[in-house]
Formats: sequence, structure tokens, C-alpha cells
Amino acid sequence: METDVNSKHIVVIGGGPGGYPAAFHAADLGMQVTLIDDAPNPGGVCLYRGCIPSKALLHAAAFINEASEIAEWGITVSKPQIDLDKLRARKEAVIAKLTGGLGQLTKQRKITYLQGRARFADPKTLTVTMSDGTTQTLTFDAAIIATGSQPIHLPFAPDSPRVLDSTTALDLADIPASMLLVGGGYIGLELGQVYASLGSRVTVVEMMPALLPGADAALVRVLAAKLKKQFEAIHLKTRVAALDETPEGIAVRFEGKHEGSETFDKILVAVGRRPDAGNVGLENTGVVVDEKGFITVDAQRRTAEPAIYAIGDVAGQPMLAHKATYEGKVAAEAIAGMKTVYDPKAIPGVVFTDPEIAWCGLTEAEAKAAGRDVKVTSFPWAASGRATTLGRSDGVTRLVLDPTDNHRVLGVGMAGPGAGELIAEGTLAIEMGAVADDLAWTIHPHPTLSETVMEAAESAMGHSIHYTR
Amino acid sequence: MSTEFKLPELGENIETIQVTRVLVSPGDSVVADQPLLEVETDKATIEVPADNAGTVDSVLVSDGDEVSVGQVMLTFTDSAAAPTAAPTAETEPEPAPDPVPPTSDIRHPTSSLLPPPSSPSPAPPTSDLRLPTSSPSPTPYNVPAAPSVRRFAREIGIDVTVVTGSGPNGRISIDDVKTHAKQRNEAPALVAAGSIATPPLPDFEKWGAVERKKMAVIRRKTAEHMSLSWGQVPHVTIFDKADITELDVLRKRYADHAVEAGGKLTMAVMVCKVVAAALKRFPQFNASIDMGTREIIYKQYVNLGVAVSTERGLVVPVIHNADQKNMVAISVEISALAQKARDGKIQLDDLEGGTFTVTNLGRICGTYFTPIINYPEVAILGIGRAQPEAIVRDGQIEMRTMLPLSLSFDHRLIDGSDGARFLGWIIDAIQEPLLLSLQG
Ligand SMILES: Cc1cc2nc3c(=O)[nH]c(=O)nc-3n(C[C@H](O)[C@H](O)[C@H](O)COP(=O)(O)OP(=O)(O)OC[C@H]3O[C@@H](n4cnc5c(N)ncnc54)[C@H](O)[C@@H]3O)c2cc1C
Repeated sequence: METDVNSKHIVVIGGGPGGYPAAFHAADLGMQVTLIDDAPNPGGVCLYRGCIPSKALLHAAAFINEASEIAEWGITVSKPQIDLDKLRARKEAVIAKLTGGLGQLTKQRKITYLQGRARFADPKTLTVTMSDGTTQTLTFDAAIIATGSQPIHLPFAPDSPRVLDSTTALDLADIPASMLLVGGGYIGLELGQVYASLGSRVTVVEMMPALLPGADAALVRVLAAKLKKQFEAIHLKTRVAALDETPEGIAVRFEGKHEGSETFDKILVAVGRRPDAGNVGLENTGVVVDEKGFITVDAQRRTAEPAIYAIGDVAGQPMLAHKATYEGKVAAEAIAGMKTVYDPKAIPGVVFTDPEIAWCGLTEAEAKAAGRDVKVTSFPWAASGRATTLGRSDGVTRLVLDPTDNHRVLGVGMAGPGAGELIAEGTLAIEMGAVADDLAWTIHPHPTLSETVMEAAESAMGHSIHYTR
Repeated sequence: MSTEFKLPELGENIETIQVTRVLVSPGDSVVADQPLLEVETDKATIEVPADNAGTVDSVLVSDGDEVSVGQVMLTFTDSAAAPTAAPTAETEPEPAPDPVPPTSDIRHPTSSLLPPPSSPSPAPPTSDLRLPTSSPSPTPYNVPAAPSVRRFAREIGIDVTVVTGSGPNGRISIDDVKTHAKQRNEAPALVAAGSIATPPLPDFEKWGAVERKKMAVIRRKTAEHMSLSWGQVPHVTIFDKADITELDVLRKRYADHAVEAGGKLTMAVMVCKVVAAALKRFPQFNASIDMGTREIIYKQYVNLGVAVSTERGLVVPVIHNADQKNMVAISVEISALAQKARDGKIQLDDLEGGTFTVTNLGRICGTYFTPIINYPEVAILGIGRAQPEAIVRDGQIEMRTMLPLSLSFDHRLIDGSDGARFLGWIIDAIQEPLLLSLQG
């Protein structure tokens, strides 16, 4: 028998961008909610050691870069002086403000917040080891696992303060003279750019033939061009074979395209993240975990254990905050008995480097691999008035369209400053089932970078105002 | 060991497929995930992969065959002791992954950090889950419907992919979904009967004069409802006679009791009482089927519908909790409801919530007929005209009053033998009125 929604007690384990929205939404739907996380306030990786601190630092980095470019406009500024303690404090203040706000919202919703770590004793019971050392036992009508993910470490890396992961890199202990970035994914490149802007000589090593493997090559090219100038070196198709601590730093041996050895002050390992499914006592439940460590869930994010749901990084790719949030809302509604499902047509991915790279939906390569006949139109930002006023004509906007279906928008990609903000229009277009004409005949404000979306759509119809092919 | 390879669940609402190509032959050895067959659903062509490695023993289907979910298509000799089923709750959860990747694989996690640029990749691995209950499924990638429209359609149980969009380039709006839902309700028979569209009518005037009259609402509703039932429900009807000689004696003896109370103790009333008791003993007949969730809904109440013909047409008022009422009470209620129905004063409440219907043609004529089930109920009992008959009892010919009974039931839920047992119990209870008090 279905119990009354209002008397359901739900427990959310993990207070990240998956867990806290799930808890908030469940409370808003009238359920009685307990939220458990080991931090004093909700926020998870995203707010404490992920999206938010990295973006705060990137904001500072972008300013430093702009300051160096403004000379071309006839404005000379002296080399920025960096007060690392103040920068760190500012970043901490941003975190404190946002997580404190979430704590307030938790209280306002009358959610019970337990600071501690939860483990399933059996499929119906949780044991919580509270941060003050006491233990609590909880039962529930439904539980949501939102325990997120952890950085992957290199097995052969020495245990040394010179070897950083994304968390310790965000601590900003110092600005090393030289730094090796292991892994050319988005987390590494963002942090690498922060350190490069602050003055480190940054070298990147990546196994794959390109940075940001999986992203549209035409977009990556735009970022790579910039990074080539900012970074000391970019070694592609190269692997780190050994890391050894020496008095001078970490000696690195490379294998592959770039053979050889070199010593760096610090190493930042950013080779990926693994789902954190191992610490919740799943062995005491029927929850199934796949070979990659993700919890297996159905379309409503329900695990093999009917009363247990899983969302966010622990429940599968893409490991992104906004995907976790969407899943959190789906799980809360599913528990409330609503017919919601996980049904996104496009999930935007953004690399917050300078220039930014953002995309959603299908890439050209994916569409071709799926045997789809697609038409791709590009609008180079060199033809955008706004980009020129910003001194940034290196960007590009690309649309992947289905020529057999009214040029329906299948994918959108962009590179350039502000791409992360602009991509929202692309995501909306795909979710709404828009066709190129819808974008072409929507008035976009002038002069803005958003016009590039309109013009890319126009060029699909063969008539872009500012660009001829 | 030889194992059977059955057509797996391929998606919601896919019950049968057509084999377009068999990709393996007996003696072939296959690896897990290797495509075995190419099949076609009404939506797409799909390759059905092997779930384990093994050697094909025999191929039981060929190109063009129609196959339903669960049907055995191939048999295999399994190599090794590969697990045969998807992980279930009993499976030991995998230990947490090794926190460190193998050195040769540094690139992999890096690339997996990137968001797959579209939803198809993170699609939930629904298929290898033992689903506790049915769960709505995500819509395919390129349906031109906004999230709000998809959500609305899901809520009211409409598959948005079959809705025709009225907007530019086929865009589907909330109104389109509503229109679709309305049309579906108005033409249930068409949807149900596998969408064979009604062919256009001939021009009857070619053969003489005709008159066209608007159908009364009640006629139209009956037409729709009967088509729905006929289209959805595989009917079986069985016939038998009950010897009511004794019961009729009792009926006459106690008729006054009912009259005093304002009712009329008819044979139909007595049969209703027996049926109500039978439904308590045979809950299967007091149920409904939910094909959407593949569940059977057993109702914990017995509400008997009694078909009443009125000038305007057929209505079926309901005697709520008939099992808790005695014959006099039932007779009073039937009389009152029938009167209300004939006066056109019947309320919606009086017509709703039935769990089983009794229909009586006995006052007019006829022996047997094939009553159509009042969907979503699963059975209906038809009463014919009682007649004195020459019956052989204990080797002697005797004159007995016999009542013809026709029971239609939904073969999806009820098998022939269950139907016979149910009708048999009713007949026994009619013939031996005491049985009702003993067992009913
Ligand atoms: C440097 C960096 C930058 C990033 N930038 C972005 C970005 O710009 N945009 C973006 O979308 N994503 C970004 N991400 C990814 C994003 O942070 C994650 O996708 C997101 O945080 C996942 O949310 P979640 O709710 O699944 O889990 P998490 O945020 O990982 O939260 C899980 C929480 O659960 C707690 N927990 C774990 N186990 C237990 C237990 N047993 N009991 C109680 N609590 C427990 C953890 O301590 C943690 O607080 C970034 C990540 C990093 C590392």
C-alpha cells in the first residue's frame, strides 16, 4: 500500500548538488526529510572543493589575463601583484557564503541535518556516525544515495606534498615555479590555467592525441591555441611512467610521443574521478554496482533495492553538478509517487577555461558514428561585432542539425569567452525540439555573442548576414 | 548444459517483434554481446545480443517470424560457467573499484571526466535491473516536444512519441497531447483492436431511402464501451442450466417479505445474492487487469452491476457491497435503482464502482446468449428464461424448472476450468439453497 506522501520519511546521504536539491524538493513536496553529510553545511564536492572554488579562482585568473592583453588597447597596467593569502581567503569566503546559505535553506525547510557519515546496516536501516563521535540509527521509507565521487590517484605517485589532486590544488598552498599537469581533462586544464595565470610554468601530459578527449575537435582547437601560449608545453600521446621525489622536486619519466625525464616543483594529478559507492555499506543491501563502480539505477534513479535511490556522480556519467541536481529532483518526485523520469535530451558540458568551451547534445563525430546524416554549420566569431569589441575573435559557434528533419537542432557547441553562459540557449533549443529556423527567426540582441547562434542557424539556411562561405 | 535463449524485454510496450535476420547458425560459437538476430519492432531495427558466450545448438526462428517476448529463439551450449541472468538483489554487490587505475589506463578516467555530449550515453542501464515496479521510461532523443509537454504526457499516461504535433515542423504542444488523449478516449475500439480503421460506409441510398438520426448519448457510450471491451478482452462464454425448482418454491413462499419491504423477490435477485457469495469465494472474478503495470487488481469489495434496459437504452446501476446485503435488501435496492434508471434520475454514484455484472434477458425470452463483459470488470453472468423441462433424475424423467445461465469471462485472467468451477458453484448454490448459508 502506498503511504501518504506527507508521512513518508526520506533520508538523503550526501549533501552535494545531487543530495541537497533532492532533500529540498522532497521537503517541498511535503515529505519528512533527513539530510546527512560530513561537512557542517550542505554543498558537497561542488561547493567545498569543486565547481565553486575553481570558478572563483578562474575569475581571478581571467582578470590577470585580461590585464596583460589590455596593453593592445593603449592601457598599460603594472604587473598584477598577487597576495596569495588574500586570494585564498576570498575563495574561502565565497564557499562559506554559499554553503552557509544552503544551511539556512535547510533549516527553513525543516530538514533534519545530520553532520556525520552514514552506512546501511541493512536495506531498511542506516547507522550514522556523527561528527561528534556519537552514533544514531535511522529507518526510512526511502533513501537516496548521493555520495558523489573522489579524485583518482596514481598508484605509483609518491605520498608527498608536492603531489596534488584537485582538492589540494584548490588549497593554493603556494605558487610553484613549475608544475606538471597529469591529464588534459577539464578539471586539470581549469586548474592548470589558474596556476599558469598566477605565474607557474605549467606543462600538460595527456595520453590521448588531443586535449579534452571526447569534446568536439573544432572547439578544442580554439582552446589549445591559447593554451599553447600560456603553458610551457603540452605533451600529447604521452604517458607518465614514473614519479620519484628528489630534493629538487618530482622527477618524472615520460613515455610515448614525448620520451624523457624532467623535474617539476609540483605535480597535479587530474586523471579522473571515481564514484564513491564503497563507503555506504552497500554490501548490506541489494543495491547493484556496475564494473566501473557506479550504482545501477533505473529511469527513476531507483536501485535494485526498491526503497533505495541513487543520484549524481555515484549513479553514472556525466559526473556534473547540474546532472546530479536534475536526478535529485527526479528521485524525490519518484518517491512521492509522481511519474517523473530522467529524460534530458541534452546535458551541457562547460570547460571554464579562457576561452571557455561548451557543448550539448550530439557532437558531429558522435552523430556520424551513430550513422546519422547531419549538417554542421559554423559561425566564426571573427565575423561577430561583439567579439571584435571584446578583442576576442578566436571563438566559434557550431550547430549540428538534422537535414532530414527540418534542420532540427541535435547539438550545439561553442568556444570563446562566455560560451558557458551562451550554451543554455542551445540546451533549451534541443529540449524544445527547435529547428534552425526557430533560432534564425528569434531576435537576438545586438551586439552580443548570442547573435552567433542566430547566424549559425541562418547559415544553415544559406543566408547568414555576416558570414559567407 | 544446454540453455534456452529467449527474446528479452526490448522496451516498454514491445511485446512482439519480427525477425528480420538471423545472424548465427547451429554450431557457431559466439561471445557475450555478439549480435544474434536482427529484429524489427514498430519503432526500430534492433540487434539482439548474446548475454553469454557459448555455442549455438539450434535456431528455432527464421527470417520473417513473429516472436513474442519470452519466446525461445535459440538454444545454446554455454561455455564456462558464465552467469545467465542479469544481476539481481541476491548478487553480491561488487566491491568498490580499486581506487587506483592501472597505469596503462591513465587516459581513460581523464576522458570519462568529460560529459558525454548527449544523453544517449548516460542512458540508465535499465535493462539489467530487476525492476521492482514498472517505471515510466525516457522519451527518445528527437521527439519535438518540450520538457513540459513530455512531462504532461507522462502524467496523463500518453506516449508522446505517437502524438501528432500541430506546430511548425511537427512540434508537439500540450494541446496536441490533450487532443490525442481525447481522440483516444473517443475511439477506444480503434486503438484497442490494433488500429484497423473503420472502413467507410457504403452509400446506402443506392438501394433505397434511409433516415439518419443522431445517436443518443447513452447509445453512443454503450457502442464505445462495448467496442472497447470487445477489442480489449478475449472473451470466453460458457453455458449451463440450474435447476431452480426448489428455489422457486422458496421464492414464492417468501415473496411477501420483499413486497412488504418495497421490493420484488425475483429469480434474478436470488441469483445476485448467490453471485455475490461466489465472488467472495472466487476473487479472480472480482478483479481487474492492469496491463500497463502487469498487475492484477483484486477488489476487496463486491459491487454488483445489474443491467437495466430503459427507454433511452441500457444502464447498469450498481448494488454496493452486495455480499453484505440479504435478498430482501437486494430486491429493494434493485427495484429502487431500476425505477430511478427508468425515470432518468440515476446518479453517477449509482453507476460507478461495479466489480461484476449480472444481466437478465429472462423476462423477455431466450435461453443462452454471449454477454459482453463490462470492462474493466473481468466477467459477466447472463440469465436466460426459466422453463419447465423434462429432466432425467436418478433414472426417472421429471419435470423441473431450469434456468439457463451464460457466463462470459476474460481469458487473460481466467481460464476455462476456473470459469466452469465458478459457474458450477453458482449452480450448486442455486440448487441447494442451504449451501449458501453453509459456504457462502
Ligand atoms: C575541481 C572540480 C571542479 C568541478 N567543476 C565543475 C563544474 O564547473 N561544473 C560541474 O557541473 N561540475 C563540476 N565538477 C563536478 C561536480 O563537483 C560533481 O559532479 C558534483 O559535485 C557531484 O555531485 P554529487 O551530489 O553527486 O556529489 P558530491 O558533490 O561529490 O557530494 C557528495 C557528498 O557526500 C558526502 N558523503 C560521501 N559519503 C558519505 C556518507 N557515507 N555519509 C555522509 N556523507 C557522505 C561527501 O563528503 C560529499 O559531501 C567539478 C569537480 C571538481 C573536483
